[in-house]
Amino acid sequence: MDYSQFLYMREELSLLAVILIIFLADLFLCKEPKEGVPVRGGKIGLIACVLLGLHTLGNLIPCCGMEHEVTAFGGMYVHTAMMTIVKSVLNVGTLVVFLMANGWLRREENVVKQGEFYLITLFTLLGMYFMISSGHFLMFFIGLELASVPLAALVAFDKWRYESAEAGAKFILLAIFSSALLLYGVSLIYGATGTLYFTEIGALISGGSLLSILGLVLFMAGMGFKISLVPFHLWTADTYQGAPTVVTGYLSVVSKGAASFVLMTVLMKAFADTQLSEAWNIGLFWLIVASITIANLFAVRQQNLKRFMAFSAISQAGYLVLAVMGGTAQGMTALVYYLLVYMVADLGAFAIINVVEQNSGKINIDDYDGLYETNPKLAFLMTLCLFSLAGIPPFAGMFSKFFVFMAAFNAGYQWLVLIALINTVISLYYYLLIVKAMYIKTNETPIAKFRSDNYTRLALFICLAGVVLVGILGVCYNYIDTFAYGME
Amino acid sequence: MFTYTILILLLPFLSFLLLGLFGNKLSHKLAGAIGTTSLGAVFLLSCYTAYEYFFAVGRGAEGVYEALVPYNITWLPLGTLHFDMGVLLDPISVMMLIVISTVSFMVHIYSFGYMHGERGFQRYYAFLSLFTMSMLGLVVATNIFQMYLFWELVGVSSYLLIGFYYTQKAAIAASKKAFIVTRFADMFFLVGILIFGYYTGSFSFSFVNELKLADGATAFVPVDAARAVAAGGFLLPTALTLMFIGGAGKSAMFPLHIWLPDAMEGPTPVSALIHAATMVVAGVYQVARLFPMWIEYAPNAMPIIVWVGVITAFYAAAVACAQSDIKRVLAFSTISQIAFMMVALGVSLPGHEGVLDNHTQLGFLAGNFHLFTHAMFKACLFLGAGCIIHAVHSNEMSEMGGLRKYMPITNATFLISCFAIAGIPFFSGFSSKDEIITACMNYSPVVGWIMTGIAAMTAFYMFRLYYGIFWGTENKEAHEHHTPHEAPWTMTFPLIFLSAITLGVGIYSTLGGFLGWGGSFGSFVSASGQDYTIHFDVTVASISTIVAILSICLATYIYKGEKQPVADKLQSAMPRLHQWAYKRFYMDEVYQFVTHRIIFAHISKPIAWFDRHVIDGFFNFLAWGTHALSFQIRGFQSGAIQRYAFVFFLGVLALLLIMIL
Repeated sequence: MDYSQFLYMREELSLLAVILIIFLADLFLCKEPKEGVPVRGGKIGLIACVLLGLHTLGNLIPCCGMEHEVTAFGGMYVHTAMMTIVKSVLNVGTLVVFLMANGWLRREENVVKQGEFYLITLFTLLGMYFMISSGHFLMFFIGLELASVPLAALVAFDKWRYESAEAGAKFILLAIFSSALLLYGVSLIYGATGTLYFTEIGALISGGSLLSILGLVLFMAGMGFKISLVPFHLWTADTYQGAPTVVTGYLSVVSKGAASFVLMTVLMKAFADTQLSEAWNIGLFWLIVASITIANLFAVRQQNLKRFMAFSAISQAGYLVLAVMGGTAQGMTALVYYLLVYMVADLGAFAIINVVEQNSGKINIDDYDGLYETNPKLAFLMTLCLFSLAGIPPFAGMFSKFFVFMAAFNAGYQWLVLIALINTVISLYYYLLIVKAMYIKTNETPIAKFRSDNYTRLALFICLAGVVLVGILGVCYNYIDTFAYGME
Repeated sequence: MFTYTILILLLPFLSFLLLGLFGNKLSHKLAGAIGTTSLGAVFLLSCYTAYEYFFAVGRGAEGVYEALVPYNITWLPLGTLHFDMGVLLDPISVMMLIVISTVSFMVHIYSFGYMHGERGFQRYYAFLSLFTMSMLGLVVATNIFQMYLFWELVGVSSYLLIGFYYTQKAAIAASKKAFIVTRFADMFFLVGILIFGYYTGSFSFSFVNELKLADGATAFVPVDAARAVAAGGFLLPTALTLMFIGGAGKSAMFPLHIWLPDAMEGPTPVSALIHAATMVVAGVYQVARLFPMWIEYAPNAMPIIVWVGVITAFYAAAVACAQSDIKRVLAFSTISQIAFMMVALGVSLPGHEGVLDNHTQLGFLAGNFHLFTHAMFKACLFLGAGCIIHAVHSNEMSEMGGLRKYMPITNATFLISCFAIAGIPFFSGFSSKDEIITACMNYSPVVGWIMTGIAAMTAFYMFRLYYGIFWGTENKEAHEHHTPHEAPWTMTFPLIFLSAITLGVGIYSTLGGFLGWGGSFGSFVSASGQDYTIHFDVTVASISTIVAILSICLATYIYKGEKQPVADKLQSAMPRLHQWAYKRFYMDEVYQFVTHRIIFAHISKPIAWFDRHVIDGFFNFLAWGTHALSFQIRGFQSGAIQRYAFVFFLGVLALLLIMIL
């Protein structure tokens, strides 16, 4: 066996090392709580953040000589430079989640299990890595499960809280349901082609047969569940609302981002056949229209901010998948760029929701009335994040939406772009509702003035820098663009 | 090489960020010091860039200064078109770097004294830095889009600085007026850019170096432009003319000049920097930058530039003769002088066989030369006016008179600059204005003689101003109450520095022009890029000198004395004319009438009705519909998990149906 193949798995190995170190640190640093002695936070959070930060920096950009596609372990593992970029984006997202989770994990009820949080989260991240880099459906499925089963544990992390436990149960049941359908789809594809390697499927599959289309549909439904596209989205609102806020943030960005990238690469590789690609483009077309429109309709009426963010996330997922249309290189750049921009803005908003919830326990939009009076800086940051989500220039969100629209337009989906544009206007309405609440409405009992902890400040700083700079610095887009590839 | 040029943009930007974000926590002195130091560094860097560009790198193989691009990054890719950001160095951009950084540095020093103790001192310096950064970014733009971006930024900083005293109604009104009028003109600029980009497939200034001239023989046809010509011969001239309208707005050409006199509500150093030396010449710079395109593809449209310039120059000079507010006199004189530059560029037409020869390229050189000299002496005049206003606390000439005893330095520097603008030999304005008139004479004697007449009016009104301030009747009443005194050194030093440049350049270029020395302005900036040794046309030079001296004598005769019987008699002899000129020929009233009575009443009102009833109605319907629909479908989100799975399954079926059919 050629052990040099492991060198291609730089990111996975480095993440695994981080996991092991945290595991050991958790084992030795955390003491059993004694009666009568108040438990302190310990150092585990700091260690996790520093290690993940180092991991992120170490794997930030592709190595020289790794620009081309390489495979390892008989084609099970595939690596391209673009995958490194996507993994970096996910790393940054996870890091921000860790930073904002710190204050929450130091609470009395969580302090003994904070190590668990970091470990479980990193395991799901590892699963996403493998999912992204898979060259075989089996590998893909293992990665997918590794990324979703621990997530249920995260959703139910506040298990003493009724909603959290309920959300966890709902999530795991529906995840199993969708995984089962997806697995069934994979078996159908195996039946049609006799192989599970993406490249071989791409060569062997012949379009049009009901068998292969059914397999494709089930695969898309499974991924649609992960990305939360309408009509596979129904778990989203309940789960997002019930889960701890940091987990909601993680779910809405990191997990979703990995899945949408995988959706694109697998569709491009395994279902590149002319008839099939026509089929999945039509399917995606309607999924996108449904997601964007219906999520917008629901978002307008929400009162709970987390539930509101759930519908916002569904609609954003529609824009994300818009970049998949046509499977072009431009679309891939647009997808990764959109993911990056969406991530910083969304996590910024979640960091604020989280810190407000930790300090005041309030989570409804009405509670945010008059936030500007008491916490002007937070209100301002929230406004920037919401502006970016809505796509108002000069924030990054406007650029990312623009590139996604351009990619879809050039791929020949002008009508879809038009529908998405109209929905952007509607989304502007509900994002501005929150801005209105914070700045214009008055409140008898506003959220009291408080000081955020330093971890949250750092998280907010990263998000703010992203929201302001990623768009204006055109270099980011150009850099991602150098690694993009599409269907020929 | 030239990698440091990026600092020229970054330093003022950083000082803007620093002062803008943390200014309130800094003391006045520290804030001013930060701004001034960064500008000092920019000034040195610009000088070094100029030295290296003109001397160390020098001319290329064909005896032409190459256009260098030390930085260029793609900022926003749009398929084949892309917006770039970068730094372009060529003779005119390097010249502009010197002009902007010198004047800006002087204004930064000057403001220490002038703005001393003002509320918002830090904010003032932050805006100055922002402005300087934007203006520098504008001149080093590598493409028309970058130029447009910084063009707007310059407009914003001008808006902010005019409205600096935001508690005064006049300042707010003036800042809004300036912004709206220039934005209106910029709309044409943008349309021009889009036409240009669409048909040529590029925003780049790559044509700068492609210009070939009489001796170079090869015709200049960049691929892009050739495509545009193929697409339709009138498109490029249209695009260029639209861009010129944008430039005319920024450079206050008639009839878009109305914002500039009002812009004098801003602090006086700001008027010196933005509304005399740098921003208002952006339009001239834009024409100079696109000059290769103009002469190659739109020579027939160039008379537009000439005649807009001639009308503006005359109009502004006539108005300047009757104003009593010293800053307004200077503002109209600025408009008139910028028009001189525009005319000079416009008359620089290709001669026989469609090429520029030594004879016809003179206008380009003269326009840029005048831009340079005018920036120095006009900044000096404005800063001098600032010293005077600082001393007597009024803009009105009636409050002044006889100030020469109290303010000797201001008096001397002001006089030097007045000689320069009047076009007296051995002062810088003489050489540049003389070249402009020579170029106009070559173009057409009519234009040449009109411009000579306007030059005479310039000398007259400037000395009317000079005598009104420093000689004439002293307003003893006001001065007894508050004795005027010379300004502190922070304010007089810039005056001395700028008038020294005016004198130095004047002496060298005058002697050089008569004796045929090289190494004058033409050696650095010329349309062909070749060395151009300036020779004065003795006839033109002597005529314009005599005319200038006669006008000064006339002004001396009328305005120098304690009593001014001639002036009073003239005014009473032609009351109508004086009133018209004093009211600026009622241009503002014309605008008021057109906008309020015609546009607002007959166009805006119906549109507003349509907007309120039809468009708002549609959106209200949309909102109502959205709400109603979302109320209807909320049952889907029941919370029952069996139902979720069921919907999921239905979704799969629907997807299958869609994809099979």
